Amino acid sequence: MKKNNRFILIKRTLTAALVSFMAVSAEAAISNDKVIIGYMDDFNGSYSDLGGPAGLTSIEMAIEDFGGSVNGKPIELISADHRNNPAVGSTIAREWMDEKSVDMITGLTTSSVAIAVTQLVEEKNKFAMVTTGASDSITGKYCTPNHVHWVYDTFAVSDTTARAIVEQGGKSWFLLSADYAFGHAMEAAVEKAVLESGGTIVGKVRHPFPTDDFSSYILQAQASGAQIISLASAGSDLVNAISTAYQFGIPQSGQTMASLLLFLTDTKALGLDVAQGTQFVTGWYWNSDDKNRQWAERFYKRVGRMPTMVHAGDYSAVTTYLKAIEATGSDDPADVRSYMIKHPINDFFSRNGRLREDGRMVHDMYLAKVKAPAESKGEWDLYEILSTIPAEKAFRPLTDSQCKLVNNER
Amino acid sequence: MSTAQTLSPAMKRERNSRLLRGCFYLALISIALVAPFIAYPIFLMKVLCFALFASAFNLLLGYAGLLSFGHAAFLATGGYITGFMLASFPSLTPELGILTGTAASMALGLVFGLLAIRRHGIYFAMVTLALSQMMFFLFIQAPFTGGEDGLHGVPRGELFGLISLSNDLSAYYFVLAIFMIGFGIIQRTVHSPYGQVLKAIRENEPRAISLGYNVDNYKLVAFVLSATLAGLAGSTKTVVFQLASLDDAHWHMSGEVILMTLLGGVGTLLGPLVGSGIVITLQTQLAQSPLGNWVSVILGVIFVICVLSFRSGIVGEIQKIVKKKFK
Amino acid sequence: MTMILGVPLTMFMGQLILGLINGAFYALLSLGLAVIFGLLKIVNFAHGAQYMLGAFTALLGLRYLGLNYWLALLVVPLVVGGLGILTERFFLRRIAHLDDLYGLLMTFGLALIIEGSLANFFGVSGARYPTPESLSGGFQLGFMFLPTYRAWVLVAAIGMCFATWFIIERTRLGSYLRAGTENPMLMQNFGVNMPQLITLTYGFGVALAAFAGVLAAPLYSVSPSMGSNLLIVVFAVVVIGGMGSILGAVITGLAMGLIEGLTKVYYPEAASTVIFVVMAIVLTLRPAGLFGKEA
Repeated sequence: MKKNNRFILIKRTLTAALVSFMAVSAEAAISNDKVIIGYMDDFNGSYSDLGGPAGLTSIEMAIEDFGGSVNGKPIELISADHRNNPAVGSTIAREWMDEKSVDMITGLTTSSVAIAVTQLVEEKNKFAMVTTGASDSITGKYCTPNHVHWVYDTFAVSDTTARAIVEQGGKSWFLLSADYAFGHAMEAAVEKAVLESGGTIVGKVRHPFPTDDFSSYILQAQASGAQIISLASAGSDLVNAISTAYQFGIPQSGQTMASLLLFLTDTKALGLDVAQGTQFVTGWYWNSDDKNRQWAERFYKRVGRMPTMVHAGDYSAVTTYLKAIEATGSDDPADVRSYMIKHPINDFFSRNGRLREDGRMVHDMYLAKVKAPAESKGEWDLYEILSTIPAEKAFRPLTDSQCKLVNNER
Repeated sequence: MSTAQTLSPAMKRERNSRLLRGCFYLALISIALVAPFIAYPIFLMKVLCFALFASAFNLLLGYAGLLSFGHAAFLATGGYITGFMLASFPSLTPELGILTGTAASMALGLVFGLLAIRRHGIYFAMVTLALSQMMFFLFIQAPFTGGEDGLHGVPRGELFGLISLSNDLSAYYFVLAIFMIGFGIIQRTVHSPYGQVLKAIRENEPRAISLGYNVDNYKLVAFVLSATLAGLAGSTKTVVFQLASLDDAHWHMSGEVILMTLLGGVGTLLGPLVGSGIVITLQTQLAQSPLGNWVSVILGVIFVICVLSFRSGIVGEIQKIVKKKFK
Repeated sequence: MTMILGVPLTMFMGQLILGLINGAFYALLSLGLAVIFGLLKIVNFAHGAQYMLGAFTALLGLRYLGLNYWLALLVVPLVVGGLGILTERFFLRRIAHLDDLYGLLMTFGLALIIEGSLANFFGVSGARYPTPESLSGGFQLGFMFLPTYRAWVLVAAIGMCFATWFIIERTRLGSYLRAGTENPMLMQNFGVNMPQLITLTYGFGVALAAFAGVLAAPLYSVSPSMGSNLLIVVFAVVVIGGMGSILGAVITGLAMGLIEGLTKVYYPEAASTVIFVVMAIVLTLRPAGLFGKEA
């Protein structure tokens, strides 16, 4: 009997020792004593203005404002151009995670790259914060416990825009969409939202992606007599569609363009005379209040132009990440993510923000209108905010989610 | 010691050059076997896939004399079909997935070949370009490709159901084996009687016709073979990167493979390897440097220089020098 | 309301007009390519980049030199055409004795250089070129509102096509060119400076592309990649028309514009592919193209 007791005692001591050792090493926290952030975006292609190199500056600002280190450990930043190619993006991501101990990857324009990289990040158990990428499948079909989606997505911009505009009286709609997965998804979301809020769809047309000449589609939109013409396209297609609408006299004739994806840089390129009256939803606008203006001025001094919502989102995402590491003492993705879920996200970019379990960061969005040239008081004074859409209403409801992390009886 | 047993100087030279070639290939294979321990395996696999793609293209251009400006269509078809099969049927082993993609590419090659082969020179190039553009638009539309999002979630799988390819090292040797098979097929084809006829057609088509050869059939076979191997490259690439995307179908990709072949040396077996190695390295290294924005300009400059004064490509120029020295 | 296959007549007419305008534009672009290929046997892959250079030069001229639209229409083709002349003299002439395919590859490389460099200096976002005052607004035609500028494009493009046809078919210079294509040695012996003629012709083709670029500037945003996608379509038009035929290029351009325009009404998703489908059909039935004469 005595022997047994002693044996049990030894076993228990060893187990206790092992457990406390594990607890200590689990708390060991910041992997190899540095926090390395990788910013991967389109530096040179069609999306380089809305995120791109300027986003890098945003992140540098965030790191500087944080003090350059977290809990005494230095923060490093590297960057690369994925050239809108998912094979290139995933190669860089692999190398970053395998060879350069990158802890967190952000930026990620172009949904195909964002999806490829976030799948990899799950495999390697690192963290990713998608700021520039748009597809809502990033927190839907392709969600993982290792990444979050910060700024906007295709569902938010489509559904919110539709409901907000119908509410304001824009009842009859003509839908002009790009003929590929992106465009289809936005078209479907708009159609559903318009019909559910009591509007009507008088016509639809899908244009090939990409398209140079929009005259034919604009003519069809004009002939339909719809009050609102919605545009589900991006980049140069969007810019061409809006200028063609202007050439055909649409703003003057009383029809309104509702653009589902419009960035500050697009509006600047178009010019207020051409884009005036266009309505859209944005996640953030630099000139909407003092807090925003303050940050935007700092950005302007360094970059030479005003920030888009993506640039502001980059700063917000990285700052929140660093805060999470500081508070939990760890850069383990699970710890960071659960911290973010537990604490509301309120900074100049994100108002009433919180991180949901599917990885979607929800925050207030804003219905805006492009000002007429006479209304604008400055080179970058381009928008008028019409209304605020609260965070909980602005994004795809969890009950509708295809994310594997969400408990839905489907 | 009868005279019958002594080799003539010409035969000795032939035997020596074959020995030399053999040693050379042996050296290359040895390097390839140890390479993953020196360089990043994913990078190497990318080079191997593009080397196969360029070699397939070179078979058509260098040996059959046909410039196709639409080879991206085959790369993409192989990639998408393989990706779709492997992603939708998890029990399918990677080699079967690759076989399916390659077969699809072969079929496409046959269709394109039948449409294009009667044309010559520039006309042929333009027809292939337009046909591949049609494929590009088809890929944007087709739901299974995921369009702009791309086709994701392609598993590495287990080779023959036994060897897991998730490990980058095992994947590398698998890709190396595929490359060697593809390259071997090309090498054997070039040095075969069929290859000789192809050469004759390339150098003087009217004479070949007058000798009674069905020239169109020979060219069609070369075209289909080239398309098949290009599809093989695309299928393998999809398994390595576990995704397929529209960039593989864009005409810029067709242009890139032309550059790789031209730079390395058209009509040489090793040219495409050298060319693809250089171009991929350039793209990878430059992408992460301040010069990243200048990649397409640099490629353009290389193109222009090659066409102006470097038409035999690197390997071609080396061969010229070697011939001169060992006269 | 009269319907044509389910589409109201008014809409049909409107789309037809738009299709015609686009067709004239395609015709103008294909013309430059056809001139260069028909007479020089060079597949000018840089045509799209040269078109883009035309638009960019107009834009920069406006921004920095106050060059107005009408002056630009005259000056820009000369400037870009001049660049074309330099290109031919220093690059293309060196490989003229080689297989035609090298010309294709060379111009492809040049296109990469031009587009890449401009993308670096000016970024990729499109810039706006304002429609000239005298051409803004439009007319109400009853069945549609036609912007004045688009009507102008139709007139200018057709006018330029006619002018080119006239030069090549009805003037002495044109006859030298046509003769030079068939027998350069003989022409050289007759005292015609063939190399110079070739250089000038290439420059002219490039100038045509640049002219189309200036026309396009107020229509579409001016960006370094604007020529890239358009180029493939224009090649298809030239192939359908027959690569050696100038008349073929013009007629096919107009026809394709119309076909594309109608596709946009009845089956818009296929609007990008219809031209290639037509090409595949034409080539199966008439391998040399509709008006072509293959070597």
